[in-house]
Amino acid sequence: MAAEIANPSVSIQDLSLNFGAVSVLQTLNLDVADGEFIVLLGPSGCGKSTLLNCIAGLLDISDGRIFIKGKNVTWEEPKDRGIGMVFQSYALYPQMTVERNLSFGLRVAGVPKDEIAKRIARAAEILQIEPLLQRKPSALSGGQRQRVAIGRALVRDVDVFLFDEPLSNLDAKLRSELRVEIKLLHRRLKNTMIYVTHDQIEAMTLADRIAVMKGGVIQQLDAPQTIYNRPVNRFVAGFLGSPAMNFIDGRLEKDGGDWHFAVEDVRIPLATYAFEKEPAPGPAVFGIRPEHVAFNSGTGWPFTATANVEVVEPMGSDTLVWLKLGQQNFTVRVTSERTPKNGDAVSIGFDPLRASLFDGQTGDRI
Amino acid sequence: MADVASLSTSAQALRRHATGPSGPKPRHVLSRRNIFLYGTLIVVALYYLLPLYVMIVTSLKGMPEIRLGNIFSPPMEITFEPWVKAWASACTGLNCDGLSRGFWNSVRITVPSVLLSIAIASVNGYALANWRFKGADTFFIILIVGAFIPYQVMIYPIVIILREIGIYGTLTGLVIVHSIFGMPILTLLFRNYFTSMPEELFRAARVDGAGFWGIYLRIMLPMSLPIFVVAIILQVTGIWNDFLFGVVYTRPDTYPMTVQLNNIVNSVQGVKEYNVNMAATILTGLVPLIVYFISGKLFVRGIAAGAVKG
Repeated sequence: MAAEIANPSVSIQDLSLNFGAVSVLQTLNLDVADGEFIVLLGPSGCGKSTLLNCIAGLLDISDGRIFIKGKNVTWEEPKDRGIGMVFQSYALYPQMTVERNLSFGLRVAGVPKDEIAKRIARAAEILQIEPLLQRKPSALSGGQRQRVAIGRALVRDVDVFLFDEPLSNLDAKLRSELRVEIKLLHRRLKNTMIYVTHDQIEAMTLADRIAVMKGGVIQQLDAPQTIYNRPVNRFVAGFLGSPAMNFIDGRLEKDGGDWHFAVEDVRIPLATYAFEKEPAPGPAVFGIRPEHVAFNSGTGWPFTATANVEVVEPMGSDTLVWLKLGQQNFTVRVTSERTPKNGDAVSIGFDPLRASLFDGQTGDRI
Repeated sequence: MADVASLSTSAQALRRHATGPSGPKPRHVLSRRNIFLYGTLIVVALYYLLPLYVMIVTSLKGMPEIRLGNIFSPPMEITFEPWVKAWASACTGLNCDGLSRGFWNSVRITVPSVLLSIAIASVNGYALANWRFKGADTFFIILIVGAFIPYQVMIYPIVIILREIGIYGTLTGLVIVHSIFGMPILTLLFRNYFTSMPEELFRAARVDGAGFWGIYLRIMLPMSLPIFVVAIILQVTGIWNDFLFGVVYTRPDTYPMTVQLNNIVNSVQGVKEYNVNMAATILTGLVPLIVYFISGKLFVRGIAAGAVKG
């Protein structure tokens, strides 16, 4: 588990939320360090947006406490929590110009005019939207709208930024551009940011730490690389990575002093595998990512095998090859120059050091 | 024709190799489809317009000409006498000052009723759509059920209530009755419109610190012009055309225009003055007619906006 954070910017303690009999969030705990970029990642319906709305104060919670900057804000109104929020649909006020959109919160709060002008000028400069200030949102492109939406959070001078899938409504090219901009913005502002997405690329590229959620529970909270390389359970392993990790159902067996993974007549030696806990013989799942499998690379690997090519999927930069290893489907990622043809028999090899082993029943990492 | 020209580049390339149909399919003005379509439209339009034509023509004739019985023939001698009489000097019971009294009564009933009912219903709808308070669903169901209770059931109890609080027979009483009876349908209308607006807009405004009235006045109101136009049209025409409440809850000197029209048309003494009756009827119907003509486009847009997600 991650180390205790001394002075958390946002601290969620035993948070629960029920809609009637349905439990959406269950005694959830999360500490976010000052200036940290946390990404809440999970499939739709996992409670990540709900959690964000609870932090923002837009949903009443059933149990628990929320602290922001050391202040208990559990019963506070959204405006008093020191948060700014950016929504998926931008949620710009359509009848107001960009400038009025940016200043709305400040005008409501009664901030003096010259102070408002100063803050808008700063936000417009940071986000490069100065030429757009007098336009209505309907006259802006999707990327510009999202920039204005970020600006609206920016002018409020808050401690914590909340992003609710801010890039999901944009096309792929704009998404990757704005992703970089958000990263630069975070580097410049050094605010705490909590970012909800179902896009693993956004999560991997932006986050200091990722919280992978499922069914209202945080499955794993860790740095992106750790989550990618050492997922704590089968769900996290399968959710991250595209193409997905290969899973092989089999048994964990001990042969003499050495553990190995057995499926049909194949034996995968686990001498190099770093066990998370004391292994026990029994059903298990062996997982390995497609890019960690070497292709036609001869011997020298702890494990090698021969397999038949079923389907070849060229993806431009590289190629995904679907293989049949015994009765198991298996994908391998290869560089485009070495693409095999359908029906070829090829040899593959990998090092179990890069693999993940999961308990056959619980799905937890072994 | 300009865009046809620009589109035809590829068609020209094809034409070099093949003969046969190319370009837009020719349409014949007198095709069977067109005859049916426009024929039906013309017949239906005539069917609706004929009574109006008869009314206008009759109202411009003198009584001797009407007695000839040619109701479709245009007036031989146009006279505006019946219009003046209908407005200023037709007799209803004791008064002989025409429809003008009823017109101003109707204005004094309609304007405050429309403003009051829309002001309350829009806030109702906004609260129901955006602020899911405890019991909101129950409240909404009760309100909708209210829309299905026949008016006749409630007429007498309301007479008693108005009498007890001492405003029976006054315009104030009628205004209150109209506002109450407009509430279910208007609330439903506004609630559906506000529900169709993106919820994130409301959330963004809350994060920005706006409260119940702040969000209503500064965010929601400026976005809901179409639905307000629909509500105004519904209420103006509904209240202006109302006869039942007018006849039950007012006294002869506060009768709305519709009740007075009835009294003029159905008066039993003397000769039936068809031309005056026609003029009076058109005068009474003029207000809703003008409202429709002015706001027809906005009305359609508002109905569409309320029906599908805007």
